[in-house]
This record gives sequence, C-alpha cells and structure tokens, in this order.
Amino acid sequence: MLQVSDLTVGYHRDDAVLREVCLDLTAVAVHAIVGPNGAGKSTLLHTLAGHLRPTAGTVWCEGRDVTRWRPHQAARTGVALAPQGRRLWPSLTVAEHLTVTRPARHRPGSTFSVDELLEVFPALAGRLHHHGHQLSGGEQQMLTIARALHTAPRLLLADEPTEGLAPTVARQVTAVLQQLPQRGATVLVTLPHVRAAAALTDTVHVLTTGHLSHPVTASDGQAERLLRDHLTLTNPHAE
Amino acid sequence: MRVDAYLIPVVDGVAYGLLLAIAAAGLTVAFGAGGVLNLAHGTLIAAGGYIAAATSSGTWPSLAAAVALAAIAGAAGGGVLAAATAGLRGRGHLDQALLTFGVALIGGDLLTTVYGPDTLRPRLPATLEGTVEAAGHRYPVDRLAVLVIAVLVVAAGYVVLHRTRAGRLIRATVDDRAMVAGIGVNPRLVDAAVLMCAGALAGLAGALSTPILGVGPGTADTALLLSLIIVVCGGLGSVPGALAAALAVGVVQTLGVTSFPQLAPYLLVGAMTVVLLVRRRSLPGQAAA
Repeated sequence: MLQVSDLTVGYHRDDAVLREVCLDLTAVAVHAIVGPNGAGKSTLLHTLAGHLRPTAGTVWCEGRDVTRWRPHQAARTGVALAPQGRRLWPSLTVAEHLTVTRPARHRPGSTFSVDELLEVFPALAGRLHHHGHQLSGGEQQMLTIARALHTAPRLLLADEPTEGLAPTVARQVTAVLQQLPQRGATVLVTLPHVRAAAALTDTVHVLTTGHLSHPVTASDGQAERLLRDHLTLTNPHAE
Repeated sequence: MRVDAYLIPVVDGVAYGLLLAIAAAGLTVAFGAGGVLNLAHGTLIAAGGYIAAATSSGTWPSLAAAVALAAIAGAAGGGVLAAATAGLRGRGHLDQALLTFGVALIGGDLLTTVYGPDTLRPRLPATLEGTVEAAGHRYPVDRLAVLVIAVLVVAAGYVVLHRTRAGRLIRATVDDRAMVAGIGVNPRLVDAAVLMCAGALAGLAGALSTPILGVGPGTADTALLLSLIIVVCGGLGSVPGALAAALAVGVVQTLGVTSFPQLAPYLLVGAMTVVLLVRRRSLPGQAAA
C-alpha cells in the first residue's frame, strides 16, 4: 500500500532518528522490522501513521504523495496503528472502544465486525464493560489490535505487539497478524528479536540507529548477523 | 425545626449548583478535549441571560423562544471562539487566555451597550410567578421549574456523553486525542463541536438563571469565576467532578448567604482552598467519565 523513499525523521534539527529509510509495502503480506530499543522502530510507524512529520523523503500511497498527511487522513485511507504502550482510552469500556470506532466505508479493507473481533479475541467478550486499566496486559494488547482492526485497515502498523505478553497470548496475537494478508490487509510489525519475527515472516528488515536494511532472510541467520554486527560496532565489549 | 430552617436554602443551593454544573460542564470538557482555556465563557452565559430577559415577554411561546435563542446564540459564540482559537493551537494557554479575555471584554462592553447597565429579569408566564406548597413549605414555581429543567439537562448530558458515539468520541478525545485521529476522526472537529456545545450550554445556563438571579454587567465575571472554581476543584476535563463541585459550590454559597451572611464572601474561597489542599490526584476524575 505504501512506498517509502529516503525518509528522514528527527525530533530535533541535526539529530535524525531515521536516516534515508526506504521501504516497499506494496505487497499484501506481513513485513517485519527488527531492531534494538532506540533504533527508531516506533518513530517509523508513527511517521507512516501521520503522527510525526518527516524532515526529508517521501511516502507514496498508490502514486499519491502522502508524506505530510495528518493521522486522521492516514486512518481514513486505511492505515491503522496499534501503538506500543497500547494507548487505550481509560474512561471508555471495552465495548465503547469498539463501538466508537467505525469501519471506513467506500474503500476496500479487511472489515471485521465487533462479533468477529470477539471471536478472534474471546478474552475480550467477558470484559465488555470493563475499562482499559482493569484489563490484563494481554487483554489490553488484544483491545489495541481489535480497535485498529475495527477501522477496516489496509495496512496495520503493529508496534511490538507481543511485548510483555505470556507465550500463549503472544501466539494468539501472532496468529491474528498472520491471517490478515488473506483478508487483504498488509501488516508492518516491529519486533525486538529475529526469533519473534521469524514466527510471522521469513523476510525481515533490520533497523539499527536509524538505518533500515534491505529485506533479509530471517531463517538463514542473515538478520541475526546484521544485528550482532551492529551491537559489536556500537559496543565492542558485547559478546 | 433546625433542619427545617436549612431545607429551603439547600434546595435553592442544589438548583443553583445544577445551573452552575450546566455552565461549567462545557468549560471543563473544552479544556480537557482541546486544551482550550476559554475566558469568554462567562460572557456567553451573560449573553444567554440578556437574550432570554429581552425575549421572554410573559407568554409561553416567548419563553420557549427565549431559551432556544439563548442556546443558539451561545452555540454561535462557541463556534466563533472555536474558529478564533484554532489558529493558536500549539502556542500555549497564555495566548488563548489573552485572546478569549479580549473577546470577553469586547463582548461584555457590547452587551452593556445593547442592553444597558441595569440588572434585567425576564417576564414569565403568570403560572410561573406563583408559589407551590410542598411538605409544609412554600416554594416559588419558577425556581422549581428551573430545578426540574436543570435536572433534565444534566441527565440529557449524561446520556449524550455515555450513550452516543459523539459522547464517546468526546470522552476519548479528553483521554488521548492522537488515538482519536488514529480511528479516522479529526480531533479539531471534535474541539469545535465541543466549544459549540459548551456555548449552547452556557447560553442555556444564562437563560435559566435569569429568573432567579437576573442578569447585569457583573454577571459575566461572577459566572466565569464560579465556573473556573468548579473546573479546578472538579478536576480539569472531568464532568462528574464538575457536577460534584458545582453542587458543593451552589449549596455552600446559598447556605452561606442565609446562615452566615458576614462570612459568606469568604466561605466559597475558603472551601475551595481546603478542597485544593486535601484533594489527592485520584479524587474526582482526571477525565470525562
């Protein structure tokens, strides 16, 4: 859906978090970005969702320059963000999170009804009248993804969706993400480890201190080597 | 016997508190959702009062028109303020305070020029001018009507905030506006809608309060001061907090005036200081629900 060329993003002048990042998200598939903390993974996802303005570079959406679009414009076009830290609305119940969100009409997208979402995440069905802070970490993550899916996304940006989850819940979330391309939605997921990414896709990008690698294969150790090389370069004493 | 002596002032205080809640609810939500510090809020309340006093001529249709016009004028004023403050987004509260304070000064002057320096009261239909007897007490019909309408408005506000998508969007915007944008809703539209609703409620509160309090050159300042006290004590952005604070302010004011006339001017500020000193962060919400 999106093509990113030479994207540079920084919170301060002369201090870029992302440097000339290129990424092709036209294939309807799961795309994974792996990188250590502070590499710029969240910054990239927030930029693609319109929450941050790049200082250079271009984001194309089906031939249209959308580099400077605002978050609600990105969302209406079909870009949904499931952010790290969940960012649920504390004063809204689970049911309200799902009913305040409406699937965008008049465009293709992976439409999920509320009933379908509760089938995908059965743990939420029993918690409909609870507020976000009353949920467990896993339930909060499910609600974050369910909220994003209810907008009928064409591109789901999932920022470390399995972080801090029990292995069974993490597998459940991974399974949902894996199925999305079959429903017509592209997924861009960020993960801290190659191992976690390999469960989702065999082709990953490695992001290290703002630089994004070309797609590399997760299973043959290429991605792992890139990450290790980076760690050795930045910290020569690392094992 | 002692309790009985306080009954009427307490009922008066509750009615007054509900009016203040209607007035302050919009102010607190506008601040919570869009971070808009609207110092012209009192002027919208006064404008609603003046319009109601000038329109209501003693007949039921004119009274209905007075209330409707006050709310519409308030909504229009809210719309103007939304347009004016939209350009100041991201420039901090001081710029907004200066702009809306300027609007308040100009608006206040305009109201005095148009309606004169006297305190005005609306002419009400004869039925509302009498008294009714309940539980051995006589109580003015107009106050009772204001009390009933205020209860209905507060209940309607609750239903809108909790049972409609618009209300959920407003509460979500108070919680995290970026995530509201993330579901495809422009939060600036929510800000504008909130300011217009806040204006309508301010106009309505002004109209409802004129039969009891009248409306004059000091109305805007008093209404703004009381609304700010309520917003601060109730927790910025919290509607239930504002309702609780408004009822407390209404009862403290009314009981103070009837029972401790010499202390009355200090009671409210004293109570506010105590609330601010003892209130912990977790007390009446930091959010809209």
